[in-house]
Amino acid sequence: MFTSNPFAELSASISPVFIQTYIVIMILLVAGGTLFDIFHKKSAKYFFDNWRKTKKNQARQVGGREIVSLAVRTAVVDGLMSGEFCNLRRRIAHLLTMHGFLAYMITTVIMVFGYSTPTTTPAILPLLWYIGGLLVCVGGYWFWFFIRVDVAAEGNSPFRVVRADLFILSLLASVTLGLIWGCMQATGHSWTNLLFGLYLIATTVLFGSVPWSKFSHMFYKPAAALEKRITEADGSRSNLPAPADKPEIFGSARQLPRNY
Amino acid sequence: MPTFVYMTRCDGCGHCVDICPSDIMHIDKTYRRAYNIEPNMCWECYSCVKACPQNAIDVRGYADFAPLGHSVRVLREEAKGTISWKIKFRDGREKNFVSPIRTTEWGSIPSPAELEMPSAEAMQSQELAHEPDALNVPEGLPALRPDQFTQGVA
Repeated sequence: MFTSNPFAELSASISPVFIQTYIVIMILLVAGGTLFDIFHKKSAKYFFDNWRKTKKNQARQVGGREIVSLAVRTAVVDGLMSGEFCNLRRRIAHLLTMHGFLAYMITTVIMVFGYSTPTTTPAILPLLWYIGGLLVCVGGYWFWFFIRVDVAAEGNSPFRVVRADLFILSLLASVTLGLIWGCMQATGHSWTNLLFGLYLIATTVLFGSVPWSKFSHMFYKPAAALEKRITEADGSRSNLPAPADKPEIFGSARQLPRNY
Repeated sequence: MPTFVYMTRCDGCGHCVDICPSDIMHIDKTYRRAYNIEPNMCWECYSCVKACPQNAIDVRGYADFAPLGHSVRVLREEAKGTISWKIKFRDGREKNFVSPIRTTEWGSIPSPAELEMPSAEAMQSQELAHEPDALNVPEGLPALRPDQFTQGVA
């Protein structure tokens, strides 16, 4: 079951062109939504204005080679390893969700465009699709029920939904329904078409709600992390004082916030 | 001088919400980032600024009191036991200070629950719990006798 391509099996009832067109529309929605977000909230303008302002305070010039090195470090440490998180549990949950989503999304695109008809799909692709989806579910539900600051620190019910939950909820709904549909498709269950419809609705909400959700954080967060590293390297440090010239001998006793 | 949050730096961890003595730092329902819900009620204690692990919180001065162009930024380093301050004046002058947070390791001071309960006699004493031992004053603290309490009042 976990090694069969659900999109190839779908081609018996729906033309592969339909699902391929759907994916292209989703990509366009993400691109358009992100651009709208950038212009509407003026985040790019703020970013470059801030960059110019910090340049006035820089203590030294950062060379091109150093910027490349900082960009690589940002991509590896802050991007791939979610190094910006100060809370270990949130970092692990984010790593599971992010890498799971990447595996799930990339294998979806490969399976839909490369193996959309009942040809022999390499077993590794559907397997990665299921593993990626399960990682999203583990990281996402862990975050939703136990780590979310509204729940863990504020004491609110995990079922209290606000607009900030749009991204994580639509992501979890899309991936969960996708996994259930994949299993049903492989076993020939009678509810397959219903689950496929729900899967498409949840996925459309996920990719179509970019201007209202925090979906675009995956684009602007790396840019902000790079800016932070560059301001540390050029000495401007966002106006922060330089680290104290003292040894690290006192350790730390930082506890998780709990406001109730 | 109310606090404000740099949204690109904040990761919504909730440390500022936890520490704010006015309970005015909250998590925004739209973006799940911290924000000051009532700037008028902020008493500029800098607790949230120091507690923020991402240095995402800053304090904005009122224009009549702290004219535009100034800045007061702070960096708390737990492991070093230091608080560093960088004060920038509007005319470009800059002053930097480093203050100690503590002189012993975090967790080395026992919490009240870890200490023995004071006796009934100790409860009547003018000394606080575990004084003078906790103050490292071996000869004890000077204290008034009960018959001295009304001296100079009657």
